[in-house]
Amino acid sequence: MIAANSTRARLEAQFRFQRAGPRHGAFELAANFRLDPGITILFGPSGAGKSTLLDCIAGLLKPSSARIILSGETLHDTATNTFLPPQARGLAYLFQEPALFPHLSVEQNVAFGLQELAPPDRTNRAQDLLTAFRVERLAARKPAEISGGEAQRVALARALATSPRAVLLDEPLKGLDAELKSAIVDDLRAWNRARQLPILYVTHQRDEVDALGERVIAIDRGHIVAEGAPHAVLDAPRKKRLAYAAGFENHLSAVVQDIREPDGVMRVRLAGSETELEVPLAYAAVGNRVHIAIRAGDILLASRKPEGLSARNVLEGTIASLETIGTTVVCRVNAGAMFLVHVTPGAARSLELVAGQCVWLVIKTHSCHLVED
Amino acid sequence: MEALWLSILLAVLVAAILLVLAVPLAYWLSQTTWRAKFLIESVIALPLVLPPTVLGFYLLTAMGANGLLGKLWMAWFGHTLAFTFTGLVVASVLYSLPFAVQPLLMAFEGVDPRLLHAALVLGASRWRSFRQVLLPLSVPGFITAAVLSFAHTLGEFGVVLMVGGNIPGVTRTVSIDIYDHVQSLDYAAANRMAIALLLISFAVLSTIYAVNRRVWSPWPNR
Repeated sequence: MIAANSTRARLEAQFRFQRAGPRHGAFELAANFRLDPGITILFGPSGAGKSTLLDCIAGLLKPSSARIILSGETLHDTATNTFLPPQARGLAYLFQEPALFPHLSVEQNVAFGLQELAPPDRTNRAQDLLTAFRVERLAARKPAEISGGEAQRVALARALATSPRAVLLDEPLKGLDAELKSAIVDDLRAWNRARQLPILYVTHQRDEVDALGERVIAIDRGHIVAEGAPHAVLDAPRKKRLAYAAGFENHLSAVVQDIREPDGVMRVRLAGSETELEVPLAYAAVGNRVHIAIRAGDILLASRKPEGLSARNVLEGTIASLETIGTTVVCRVNAGAMFLVHVTPGAARSLELVAGQCVWLVIKTHSCHLVED
Repeated sequence: MEALWLSILLAVLVAAILLVLAVPLAYWLSQTTWRAKFLIESVIALPLVLPPTVLGFYLLTAMGANGLLGKLWMAWFGHTLAFTFTGLVVASVLYSLPFAVQPLLMAFEGVDPRLLHAALVLGASRWRSFRQVLLPLSVPGFITAAVLSFAHTLGEFGVVLMVGGNIPGVTRTVSIDIYDHVQSLDYAAANRMAIALLLISFAVLSTIYAVNRRVWSPWPNR
């Protein structure tokens, strides 16, 4: 324990992984990062390579070149031909799905990784972990007999029971409601308070980043595109693809028309149309081409022309298509350029939205983010 | 009845040997990413499509005094494999191999690979993951493999006739016994044997379908 406290746990990873799949197409992942104690978020769109990255750290996939070091111990170094198999790495890895062993009880699942302990200690440790994650009453149940949220807690308890030296969590709270999420995150933080382990937490959801984030690594198409505090990385996206990752569904190309420095704004005209937008002032000159990212959820939709608004951008358009995805209605609106707008099903019903309908889009100036190409 | 007991002994031996052989084979097939594994799969499945006489013919040639297997056997044991009970066991193992490998392979492939990954990450060796995760989750496949190998060996005719000949108490199995009785127009004796075989086969198949419907069933899932 003393040793663990005196040297800070740290994971350093630098690797390159290639896959030439005929089915999924060629994919390359290049990673170079360091994890300090506490939660680091790995954030990126689906298909960015997040799970592949975790599999490489865990040793389930073999990168073609790698140097992965955990608190001074080499897990994988292609230069010296060192490769610790996954079972010898001392990592906790929670997959997207709980992956509980269906033939074992909840307690046996948690005790599975405690083989080196004497049987009574195994039971005690398993029960401690189940208590820490508030699922002790489920000990005797089989995985098929518990709910999805409970299964996630059990999987977390099972992963952490092994006294890991670092923790990898792949969207561990996927599909859980917000209240349950924050309860589990609190339990995880409490567990890590005394241990101070590096935790790499994968998500593609903004709300989790905001709730957890101390530090964010943004990954896209197999490459790390930004690192830093959540707000700095996600709210001012500098790379076009990252803007997409951060939940900006609309990307517009535009030309600067007019700069109003005292107001801190400028007017831009969207490429290929007469539509103009007022956007925050950026380092650009009149005639420059800029890229603008807007979240689909930041655009208001009105069925009549709105008046008396503080929002500076009110655009007339027609609905090209409507599609319900889960609890979101995705509206494609042609207003000079094609805009994606997210509304709730209730809003879509009360506005009686149909394809071909004439609508107005309302966009606040500061919902328009300027993005570097 | 001697023929029936001989058949049952043969079937039990073959099923036991096949389980030992087929488990590593099926495990390897389920885990390997080797591109040419389809060739191995095809070879294993050959007895499914080849007429038993073709397989029997090649085995007889191989096991005979001029065959490679026969010569080896001759050098070690002083007699050839053909027309012996051991020869029958060897032939039946090859003939029933797909009936053991396929259900096991399907069972192993049906286990979520993430469960095996989870076991590894939790510190379990590959052997422990195999014993404590893959095997318990593949039990229906084992039952199907054992029962099908047993049943298939019990009912085989062509290979046995080619390789074993028709030596009472040594290689005369129940199906050959029935054939003999019919040839000598002893329909009553043929009937007794046929009914015994029919009942055993029915019992065996109802066991499989009662235990599991997923693996190796020609009927759709309910």
